[in-house]
Amino acid sequence: MAPRALAIAAALVLAVLTLGPVCVVLARAGGFGAFGPGDWQALRFTLWQAFLSASFSVVLAVPVAKALARRRFVGRGVLVTLLGAPFILPVIVAIMGLIAVFGQAGLVNRILGALGGPTLDIYGLHGVVLAHVFFNLPLAVRMLFSAWAAIPAEHFRLAASLGLSPPAQWRVIDAPLILRVLPGAFTVIFVICLTSFAVALTLGGGPRATTVELAIYQAMRFDFDLGRAAALAVMQLVLALAAGLVALRVAGQAGFGAGRDRILPRWDGQGRLARGWDAMWIVAAALFLLVPLAAVVLRGLPGILLITPDTLRAAGHSLMVALGSTALCMAWALPLATRRGELLALPAIAISPLVLGTGLFMILRNFVNPFDMALPVTGLVNALMALPFALRILRPEAEAITCDYGRLRATLRMSSFAWLRLVWLPRLRRPMGFAAGLTAALAMGDLGVIALFADPDRATLPLQVYRLMGSYQMEAAAGAALLLLMTSLGLFWLFDRGGRLGAEA
Amino acid sequence: MGPNTGLQSCPCAAILEDFMKSFAFTVAAGCLSAGLALAETPVLTVYAPDYFVSEWGPGPRIEELFEARCACDLQFKPGDLLPRILLEGDRTEADVVIGLNTDVTKKARESGLFAEHGVDLSPLTLPINWTDEVFLPFNYGHTAFVYDTTRVDAPPASFDALLEAPDDLRLVIQDPRTSISGLALVLWVQSVYGDEAQAAWEKLAPKIVTVTKGWSESYGLFTDGEADMVLSYTTSPAYHIIAEEDETKKAAIFPEGHYFMVELAARLATSDQPELAGDFMEFILSEDFQSMIATGNWSIPAALDGDKWPEGFQKLDLPEKVLFYSEDEAAELRGEAIEAWRRALSQ
Repeated sequence: MAPRALAIAAALVLAVLTLGPVCVVLARAGGFGAFGPGDWQALRFTLWQAFLSASFSVVLAVPVAKALARRRFVGRGVLVTLLGAPFILPVIVAIMGLIAVFGQAGLVNRILGALGGPTLDIYGLHGVVLAHVFFNLPLAVRMLFSAWAAIPAEHFRLAASLGLSPPAQWRVIDAPLILRVLPGAFTVIFVICLTSFAVALTLGGGPRATTVELAIYQAMRFDFDLGRAAALAVMQLVLALAAGLVALRVAGQAGFGAGRDRILPRWDGQGRLARGWDAMWIVAAALFLLVPLAAVVLRGLPGILLITPDTLRAAGHSLMVALGSTALCMAWALPLATRRGELLALPAIAISPLVLGTGLFMILRNFVNPFDMALPVTGLVNALMALPFALRILRPEAEAITCDYGRLRATLRMSSFAWLRLVWLPRLRRPMGFAAGLTAALAMGDLGVIALFADPDRATLPLQVYRLMGSYQMEAAAGAALLLLMTSLGLFWLFDRGGRLGAEA
Repeated sequence: MGPNTGLQSCPCAAILEDFMKSFAFTVAAGCLSAGLALAETPVLTVYAPDYFVSEWGPGPRIEELFEARCACDLQFKPGDLLPRILLEGDRTEADVVIGLNTDVTKKARESGLFAEHGVDLSPLTLPINWTDEVFLPFNYGHTAFVYDTTRVDAPPASFDALLEAPDDLRLVIQDPRTSISGLALVLWVQSVYGDEAQAAWEKLAPKIVTVTKGWSESYGLFTDGEADMVLSYTTSPAYHIIAEEDETKKAAIFPEGHYFMVELAARLATSDQPELAGDFMEFILSEDFQSMIATGNWSIPAALDGDKWPEGFQKLDLPEKVLFYSEDEAAELRGEAIEAWRRALSQ
């Protein structure tokens, strides 16, 4: 069957791209190296901070997503889009935004100081977790929110006509949904946080907050110890796979039943208490996520005037990379939107970009000049890294469609093509829009493997931000970062909106 | 521009846009037999750190000055320096590499990939004696804590005073495991305090707000007001004086001495343009290059008398005493110095 062959091909390419580079680095090093003095401590810290970050992100996401799903208010659409922004921010920009709010001289401390309160110290494990929740809470919220939005309105109607009490409704509708979505969201966030490096170091306040990825960086770029880098990278991969297996075991998978796809007002949660509760969560989440973004915008405004043709050209390159990555990632994700496919893709975010870049560099330079491949390689790697996110978003929906409409397909004896065209793709449009938006924005902001493949004439926008900072051009860098934020967000909005158009969710 | 002449004569590439140029070049080079029309102007390939090639970095000016005297095409390839060259081995495309630091010279020398520069070292005006026959200095500075006079009234007058300063003096530094300036700092502490290095770090620890991956992040935090002092270079104030006419940024000068940081260039033994590479090495110590590099790279020229420095550089506070470990000493001390730092700051 053609779709199966496609899935196998996609899976093979994926396996070669994730494991190939590690093997090449390993072969070059001649075997695994020994771990260094601080490596075990780094491993402990990495696991602990990833666990805390993922836990807080998913637990806080539940009330926020529920509130957003059942309330209608002016600006809700814009808010939902903006809430996605932290996830797609380039790390350095996000750190600056967070510090402008929570830092020693930040907004919070200035307010506390004016009120005569104590000074808040952001640097430490709590700072690392705060930053990771800032990045990943939006992702968890969006995953839950999409799932809630996909529940047929008939369910709520039925619940209302049966007179289900809020706890009963929670047990029948909300809890199963949360159980279906949360383990996967937890895993993806846990795995992202495993590879955290600059955020953990800067907000962790020093070597206490050393992560495995930092050890890889040190081994690779500073000590040229490929064996140790490879050993650490494999350890990271194993951890991610283990987390993935656990999540797949825990997560339920049944669909929610089909409905007539109408948007109906919700009957539940109209009491004053419930409304106040929801409002509180929406306001808190909006403040937490949007104030640092506003700080990025304010820092960047004076720098907008300093944007030069070089920076604009870099923005153009980033845009092309982003669009290329998105197309590639979607084409890759659709055949792999199954349980096995998702597990296979999970290592793609856990694999150290440094090891991946080095491995690809060593493979590619046998055939082409790596300098000429800067943009295509960046596009490819970004597609690869976004694939696990795309699958996390697409897979539950894709399975629900098969579960809900499979009988219809069998009854009507639909051909594969008709099924794809009439049922599968249209019903998958909303999650696809979201996944594509996420991929595009991630590809905009990612520095990825460019360090080995840099091309003087084809810099990407994040690279340009670093170049400017490296030459004392802090203000121009802030302006370029603002441009980056705007383009990422714009792309995200276009795709996401495209997917939701006419769906009124 | 060499490669473009090749491109235009191949119709299959004409329709491809910028994004595809990279592929196109490979294709075009394949359609035309190698060497045809491409080798008219010799190309000197120079590996340089990433910030070199931005319009604010020294790259564009170096390219302009050198091309004016060489009848060649100088092409910068920015990015990782030694890691990339070690991966490429004797198949590297680089003719010259510029922007190396002393922390990698030992490893680089042992690789056997570099050739002697062959340049007369007598014009050097470094504060230390430099006799290296492979690695050629082009500019230097010293590690220093830079502060803002509007925020710090009484900067510490010595390293000891810095250790004893009240704990509300906020410092940002760089990680010695990921950044060259961070590594220079731990060697600095090592050379001032020796066996007492860890105790010194323990005194510094409460004042260190955070440690960043690289210099840029630290300096950004400092300019944003998140820290009072930042680990940077004695030359950093020159940027503010010259480019921003701002004299409020100063380096605190310590009588115990400051660690010497020099940037180096070297030529590859495998270069297919040995003559051009040699010319480039000579060019590095020429007055053209040296009088440009101060404001090009915000560092002190390696071979230029002080009276020829730009005015902003003549105003800099510079240390009397300069500390420096040879590459063998540094290699021996490095592990221990980083561990002292890590243990003290992990408590």
